[in-house]
Amino acid sequence: MSLEQKELTLNMGPQHPSTHGVLRVIVTLDGERVVKAVPVIGYLHTGIEKTMESKLYYKALPCTDRMDYLAPMSNNLGYCLAVEKLMEIEVPEKVKWARVCLAELTRIKSHLVWLGTHALDLGAMSMLLFTFRDREMIVDVYEACGGQRMMTSYIRIGGLSHELPPDFEKKVRRVIKEIPAKLNDYEDLLTKNEIFINRTRNVAVISAEDAINYGLSGPMLRGSGVKHDLRKANPYSGYENFDFEVPVGKKGDAYDRYLLRLEEIRQSLRIIEQALDGMPEGPYRAHVPGVVLPPKEDVLYKMESLIFHFKIITEGFKSPKGAVYQGIESPKGELGFYISSDGSNKPNRIRVRPPSFVNLASLPKLTEGGLFSDVVCAIGSIDIVLGEVDR
Amino acid sequence: MNEVLKAVGNVFLKMPLGFVVTLRHFFKKPVTLDYPYKKKPMTPRYRGKHYLERYDDSTERCVCCGLCAAACPADAIYMEPEENEKGERRAKIYEINLLRCIFCGFCEEACPEEAIFLGQDYEFSDVNRNAFIYTKEEMLVKHPRKDNPFKRLYRRVRKVHGVTDKIS
Ligand code: SF4
Ligand code: SF4
Repeated sequence: MSLEQKELTLNMGPQHPSTHGVLRVIVTLDGERVVKAVPVIGYLHTGIEKTMESKLYYKALPCTDRMDYLAPMSNNLGYCLAVEKLMEIEVPEKVKWARVCLAELTRIKSHLVWLGTHALDLGAMSMLLFTFRDREMIVDVYEACGGQRMMTSYIRIGGLSHELPPDFEKKVRRVIKEIPAKLNDYEDLLTKNEIFINRTRNVAVISAEDAINYGLSGPMLRGSGVKHDLRKANPYSGYENFDFEVPVGKKGDAYDRYLLRLEEIRQSLRIIEQALDGMPEGPYRAHVPGVVLPPKEDVLYKMESLIFHFKIITEGFKSPKGAVYQGIESPKGELGFYISSDGSNKPNRIRVRPPSFVNLASLPKLTEGGLFSDVVCAIGSIDIVLGEVDR
Repeated sequence: MNEVLKAVGNVFLKMPLGFVVTLRHFFKKPVTLDYPYKKKPMTPRYRGKHYLERYDDSTERCVCCGLCAAACPADAIYMEPEENEKGERRAKIYEINLLRCIFCGFCEEACPEEAIFLGQDYEFSDVNRNAFIYTKEEMLVKHPRKDNPFKRLYRRVRKVHGVTDKIS
C-alpha cells in the first residue's frame, strides 16, 4: 500500500487569534510546507472612504481615526495635511512642532502594540502585558490632549482642537525618561532569546528588489535594506528641522524588522525630545477666516468670529477645484490621502493609500516555501491593522 | 559549530536575563486597578456622557439653535424648540442617541452658548436599546455647577481680551 500524497488546502481565519482581527488566509500545504498563502480581505469593510465623501471636510476627520486605530494621530495628520494642501493653509510653527511630537508618540505607541502582539503570536505572553502597560503612558498623553484615549481627533484642519494641555510637557518627558529602560527590558527578554531567534531568523524573508516591486513601505521596506523614509525623502510638517537616523535592516527577515522597529522607537524618542526643547510659542490654530474655526475665546467675544463659527459649522468651506496627494510616514509605512475636489464643500472622492493593505499583498511571497507555523510569524511581522486594510 | 556554540551561549547566559526581568515584577507594585471599586480619574478634557448646563439662576443655557446637530458627524442629535414663560427660546425636545454618538466632542466645540458638555462618566451600559436615547431631562444638570467648564472658558476670554466688567 502506498501513501497518497496530495496538497491540502487549509482555511485560516477569519476568526483566528493570530490574524490580528478578521483576516482570512487560504493556505495550500504540501506536508508542513506552504505552497501558497492567499490573504482574503473584506471582513471588516466599513466603507470609510465612501462615508467621508458624504461629509463636510471637517466632519470627515473622525472617520480617519477609525482606520488605523492604533495610530490615530498619524491618520489625522495625513488627512489634515492633505486638506491644508488643497486649501493652501499655512499652519503656525508651534502647530507643526506639536504635530511632529504627537506623530512620533503615535509611532512608539503603534510599535509597542505590534511588539506585544507579535511576541504573543510566537508564544511570549508577558511581552503583551509589558508593552500594554508602557503604552498606557502615551495613551494618557492622548487623553490629556484630545480627551479620548484612542479616537483622539486632536489634530484638526488648520491646527489643533485645543491648546496643548498644561501638563503636556511633564507627561511627555515621563515617556522620554521611562521608555528607554523598558526597551532594555524588552531586549533582555527577546533579542537574545533562542526561541524567538529560531522563530524569526530567516523567516518571512523578502529581498530589497522584491520589496520595491511589491510597493512595500515603512519597516517592511527598510527591513530589507532600502533606506527610504518619507520624513527624509519628502519632509512634511517641518520634519526637515529634526535630526534623526533612518535605521535599516540587512537580511529582510522578521528578526531584522523586529530590531528595526525597536531602533525606530529610540529615534522617535530623539525627535520628541528635540520637539519639546524647541517648541515655539504661538497660536494653536491658523488664522484663516471662513475655513479654520476661530478659537472659542474669540467666538464668545467677537461678532465676526461668531459669524464665521456659524458659517463653518453649518456649511463647511468651499474647496478649490483640483486634486492633491499627501503621503506621510505612518508607523506602518506610507499613508497617503488623495483628495479630488469638484469645488463644493464636500470632497468628491477620497482615496486612502493604506500601508497595511499594500504590505499585506506581499504575504504570499513572504510565506512561499516556508513552514506553516511561520505564516503566523509573517502576518505578525507585516504589522497589519484590519481596519486600515479594509477601510 | 560556531552557530551551535552561540545558541548554547544564548540559552544559558542570555535567556536567564529575560527571566530576571519577569521575576523582578514579583516585587513591584501592581499597575492594575481594582476597577469597579477604584476608578482612574479622567482628565478634564475627557469626552464621556453628555450633560446640559444651566445658568446660575437655573434657567437652561441651551437655546435650541441647532448648531450642535449641524456639527454632529454621526447625526445623533435631534431637537425641537419652544418658548418658556418669559418668551425665551429653549428646547422642547433634545435627544442624543448614544448608540450613534461617536463621542467626538464636536457638539461641545460647536455650541455658542456653552450649554452642552461631554462629562467624565463612561459607565452607561443598559439592557434596553431605548435607554440609550438620552433625553433632555436626563441630561440637564439639576443645579448649576460650581466649577463649570464654561466658567473656566469665560475666565480665559476675559484674560485674552482684557475684559474687566463682570460676566454672569
Ligand atoms: S446645545 Fe448649544 S449648540 Fe446645541 S442647540 Fe443648544 S445652544 Fe445650540
Ligand atoms: S459627541 Fe460627536 S457624535 Fe456625539 S452627539 Fe456630540 S457631535 Fe454628535
